[in-house]
Amino acid sequence: MKVFMVGWELPPLNSGGLGEACYGLAKALSKKGVMINFILPYDFNIKSDFMNILYAGGKVNSKKILGPYLSYSQWLKAAKLGSVNFVDYLSQVLDYAENIKELARRENADIIHMHDWLTYPAGISAQEILKCPLVAHVHATEFDRTGGRFLNEGVYDIEKTGFEKSDRILPVGGIVKRTITERYGIDQSKIKVIYNGVEDSSKPRIDPALLNFKKLGYKLVLFLGRITMQKGPDYFVKAAAIVARYYPKAVFVVTGSGDMLVQMIREATDLGIIDKFIFTGFLRGNEKDSIYQAADVYVMPSISEPFGITALEAVKNRTPVIVSKQSGVSEVLRSALKVDFWDTEELANKILGILKYKSLPKDLKRESVREIVNLTWDRSADEVIKVYQQLIY
Amino acid sequence: MPSICLYFQVHQPMRIKKYRVFDIGYDHDYFNDQGSTNLNNRNVLDKVANKAYIPANDLLLSLLKKHKDFKISFSFSGIFLEQLKKYKPALLKSFKDLVKTGRVEILSETYYHSLSFFYSRSEFESQVELHKKMILDLFGKKPVVFRNTELAYNNDLAYWADQKGYKAILAEGWDTILGWRSPNFVYEPNIGKSKRGKKRIKLLMKNYKMSDDIAFRFSEKRWKEWPLTADKFTSWINQINGNGEVVNLFMDYETFGEHQWKEHGIFDFLEVLPGKILENKDNNFVTPSEAVDKYESRDTIDAPYIVTWADSERDLSAWMGNNIQKSALKNIYLLEKRVKEAGSKKLLEDWRRLQISDHFYYMCTKWFSDGDVHKYFNPYESPYDAFISYMNVLNDFKIRLSAKSGMRVQNKLEFKAKNQINGDHGFSASPR
Repeated sequence: MKVFMVGWELPPLNSGGLGEACYGLAKALSKKGVMINFILPYDFNIKSDFMNILYAGGKVNSKKILGPYLSYSQWLKAAKLGSVNFVDYLSQVLDYAENIKELARRENADIIHMHDWLTYPAGISAQEILKCPLVAHVHATEFDRTGGRFLNEGVYDIEKTGFEKSDRILPVGGIVKRTITERYGIDQSKIKVIYNGVEDSSKPRIDPALLNFKKLGYKLVLFLGRITMQKGPDYFVKAAAIVARYYPKAVFVVTGSGDMLVQMIREATDLGIIDKFIFTGFLRGNEKDSIYQAADVYVMPSISEPFGITALEAVKNRTPVIVSKQSGVSEVLRSALKVDFWDTEELANKILGILKYKSLPKDLKRESVREIVNLTWDRSADEVIKVYQQLIY
Repeated sequence: MPSICLYFQVHQPMRIKKYRVFDIGYDHDYFNDQGSTNLNNRNVLDKVANKAYIPANDLLLSLLKKHKDFKISFSFSGIFLEQLKKYKPALLKSFKDLVKTGRVEILSETYYHSLSFFYSRSEFESQVELHKKMILDLFGKKPVVFRNTELAYNNDLAYWADQKGYKAILAEGWDTILGWRSPNFVYEPNIGKSKRGKKRIKLLMKNYKMSDDIAFRFSEKRWKEWPLTADKFTSWINQINGNGEVVNLFMDYETFGEHQWKEHGIFDFLEVLPGKILENKDNNFVTPSEAVDKYESRDTIDAPYIVTWADSERDLSAWMGNNIQKSALKNIYLLEKRVKEAGSKKLLEDWRRLQISDHFYYMCTKWFSDGDVHKYFNPYESPYDAFISYMNVLNDFKIRLSAKSGMRVQNKLEFKAKNQINGDHGFSASPR
């Protein structure tokens, strides 16, 4: 089986979960014998020993590439500040659709598999040449990126067209599935939820960070993710203020960067708890794992989270998690505490439960680790292959 | 032969409401959820009463009137009867009417449907006494047969019940303690030789296959015996004739209408079953105490470890299998001495209500992470939510306890001081 996989980014040149999810899925698929041509818009010089990476365009400065999580209003802000080129918001996406044609003429494929709106025009134009079934993976929609405010109509239209032209749509969770049916008017019969997975459920062998704090008896409450409205950083601060009142030895660690960082600091200052906050900035690899391992609880209060792979990363690092009910991962991970993102009192209640009652994190850890053994990319790949087979045969 | 021994367990817990850390120190009413979820004890009782208890009682009363040889037995938790007294006096009266027929035996158990036997013998005995008193008050009866919460049984419990003068005790007829033996005979527990002439307690073992055919499999369409009819069930009973003396059918009373639905025919089944069974003149019905009067013990059953009627494991792992359950149980029983010294009726009652076994069952994670939620019923969002509310309540309780015992210590000191002054005064006032 030969798959023409149309992507936007891959690690190590990735801005967030999209690249990592594509990588994890592609690797698991190829392990199961699927041959993958992975297409990227420009030449990022990425090596892979399990799939063939092809570039639609030439070499380009990666800083100039549109981030997949940038919403239109964020992009406008960045453009004004001069940190991105003031080219048309959609031009790179449309360039991709043009440049990919040559590759499509050269290669053959049984399936075209696209990942999010940035790749839909490219995938559709490849399909016009390759004439094979089209699959749209949905890691997030415009509604998730913007929280439903200031939608970019151009993006929305691209998504809608992509969904309509696809033979199968694969959202990463039930929440995205609902958005696709309700907001884009797509019939649910061609939608199949494919949850993300972890590559390996064993605990990374590294030394946890912030050991000095822990030795002094402090408990660490972790927020990790892009500090943007979608991730609910403001709800984290509000819950932290309540927790601090009941548990003076709680310290709040914020890992990540984003456009709400300043607001987050300001709110923590206004609430008089800024001295209990540690901001580590963006971390990856071992540093990220060590911060997970240091944490007594990982909190993901996202307003809208298509999946939320960080929750599984935390479990992998043997850290108990609290996730918002508005996340895809809350649909598959049972051994996590769950709250509505807006219910900051309940969030504080649950954080305090984990900090105060020692047997609770013990059982959460044990049970959630048991679960992620089955929440792997392997499992996701099996489901995807089933979809391929339905479309081909 | 054989005799049919029917026993129905009737219990509704007092569930703890959602209790957050912010409530500690302010809210001392732990069981008064007013919402629309299954944490609202009054709502649940209403629901189950209408679906199960009321129609089942009506049916049983008419069956007792119709068949003079029909007999049944009940075990009520005290906490269930307490809720009936408060919210459902008419239903309580209908249970009394059943007992008045003279063919309904009531069994003995702990008032608070607790696992206290395994944590505190003295507390266990107090709860059994409380239960006895309530049964005497409400029904005018003195139970002579004991059954422990969840049918949790071992040799120690049998020994205790024997010492207390019970005629019989009930246990699960589980293969590991029965071995090759059939549950359809009366046995005696392995508790040593009896003193000269003194009769020893006897053991009735649940026939779990036939009990569960009704209690669990009745509406199961994939079961090869579905649909289960009274004729079919009676033919199984008739087959026992000659190789068994008593068939112990033990089950939750909620089987009738709540676990198995009226729509699936459970009441129709129950309505014709006694008549069908009595059609065969070799069959009859007995209550547990009649069973042990009628039949000799055929062998000794050894149960060195705990056997229950729960799950495929038949142990207490659904109540004390994980860390959160163990820690909750440990913490509640740790307070016994202080609670009893504090001398407050209200604190003692709350402490005992916090021992109801259901609280710990709701914290069970053994099926939860496998996604097998259908196997059990949980009014909380998750076992972890159950635990958080429980532990928060326990912390509030501890604050009340400290306040109370602090007061007592202070009172004692004041009392002592006063006496001393009085004494001194008295002494000096009357010099002789």
